[in-house]
Amino acid sequence: MERVELADSLRQGQALIQQLEAESGVTLTECYQCGKCAAGCPVAFAMDYTPRQIIRLLQLGLGEEAIKSHTPWLCASCQACYTRCPREVNLPRLMEAVRQEARRRGVIKEKNVEIFDRAFLDSVKRYGRSHEMGIIIQSNLQSMQPFKDVMLGPPMFFKGKISPLPSKIKDVANVKEIFARARAKRGNKH
Amino acid sequence: MKYAYYPGCSLEATGKEYNQSAKIVARQLGIELWEIPDWSCCGATAAHNADHLLSLALPARNLAIAEKEGLDVAVPCAACFNRLRAVEKEVRESETMRATISEIIGTEYKASNTTRCMLDVMVQGVGLEKIREQVVKPLSGLKLASYYGCLLVRPPDLTAFDDPEDPVLMDNLIEVLGGEAVKWPYKTECCGGSLSTVRKDIGFRLIYEILRRARDAGAEAIVTACPLCLLNLDMRQAQVAAANNDKLNLPIFYFTELMGVAMGYAPKDLGLTTHFVNPVPLLEAKEILRHPATRRETA
Repeated sequence: MERVELADSLRQGQALIQQLEAESGVTLTECYQCGKCAAGCPVAFAMDYTPRQIIRLLQLGLGEEAIKSHTPWLCASCQACYTRCPREVNLPRLMEAVRQEARRRGVIKEKNVEIFDRAFLDSVKRYGRSHEMGIIIQSNLQSMQPFKDVMLGPPMFFKGKISPLPSKIKDVANVKEIFARARAKRGNKH
Repeated sequence: MKYAYYPGCSLEATGKEYNQSAKIVARQLGIELWEIPDWSCCGATAAHNADHLLSLALPARNLAIAEKEGLDVAVPCAACFNRLRAVEKEVRESETMRATISEIIGTEYKASNTTRCMLDVMVQGVGLEKIREQVVKPLSGLKLASYYGCLLVRPPDLTAFDDPEDPVLMDNLIEVLGGEAVKWPYKTECCGGSLSTVRKDIGFRLIYEILRRARDAGAEAIVTACPLCLLNLDMRQAQVAAANNDKLNLPIFYFTELMGVAMGYAPKDLGLTTHFVNPVPLLEAKEILRHPATRRETA
């Protein structure tokens, strides 16, 4: 990234800092940059910024840079960082908040992750349960990879491990209400 | 001992043998499971990636049904367990959150009941001594890597039943069943969950590391308590091995399947024949199945 004036970035970044802190419950200044999160992160090798660097960007008011990062999309939420953090910074919750803000701005850095999550939630909203085969087919089609893992389909089917028909609960209406009320409370779209 | 039972979506499909074997073993141990009527999905990772309140409300709907019956909840799936515990904790700690969640799900939920994962229910609820009494076909000579993964033991303020870095419940269980729990460094590493679907380059590397480390530690099979882990380690194993020019032939078991085997149930009744890496030849080679005592599954 280019040279930045930190005094300016800190001032300009305050609104975003406060928003992300409120949404995640994390106080950014708690982190003293020891790097234990990055050292133990199983996905760090594939990230553009390590988890420690994401926090540092936010601390410095450079949240815009964090929002453009692939890191929040790749976080597997395995909780290793939060478990080991000497300051008990809930980094997975912070990653969630950054990712949600990125989504609100239409910055989707990992399309397949977004497509998969949406297909999953569509299934839950429609049937009250996740229908694995439907989710995979929907994500494959939307991500233009119709034949991905197609050879795993027949053995899964013959082992009785996937079903072409979803299992639908009786009170789907209640689940749909839950989606609607959670969205209304949050003023959030998903 | 009676629990409300929350199987979760995976146990209806890709993890159905976990459901089958958990029910058989629970009955053998005298645990009564009352399946939560009309249970719905916990929202899994997708919900908490999208919206925090939604990720709490979806599991709360199920816990509220169990609470009205006055029952604690038993959950086999590690991922569901983590989501259920997350809402339980937030509702207990905040009156505002209790009110918000109750309003969203349209019914009162106070979190007066507790969610326990099936491993905890069996190993600490029933106890190792009672389990030992049921062993008729000890897993003699079987070297096993106990694989806890992430969501079963982390973060500890949510899971709170075993050590988050070096958990031992499954190792202790393996020893009681007559097997040998190998020491290995990857027992709580993450399998990547759905990364093996959405970013194969990342997911496959995580899976391969786990499989390779288990084999290098001398394990002949891996034991897990999570349907996502099993799917990744079992269904993806051939692809992952080929991508790394390696040959792996590591059967992956649910801990309940091994309990069922040791208790004398037939592999077919426990769902062992539906795995991608067939575990039956290993059990036969160890002469575990040849022991004369065999229970018939009549359910």
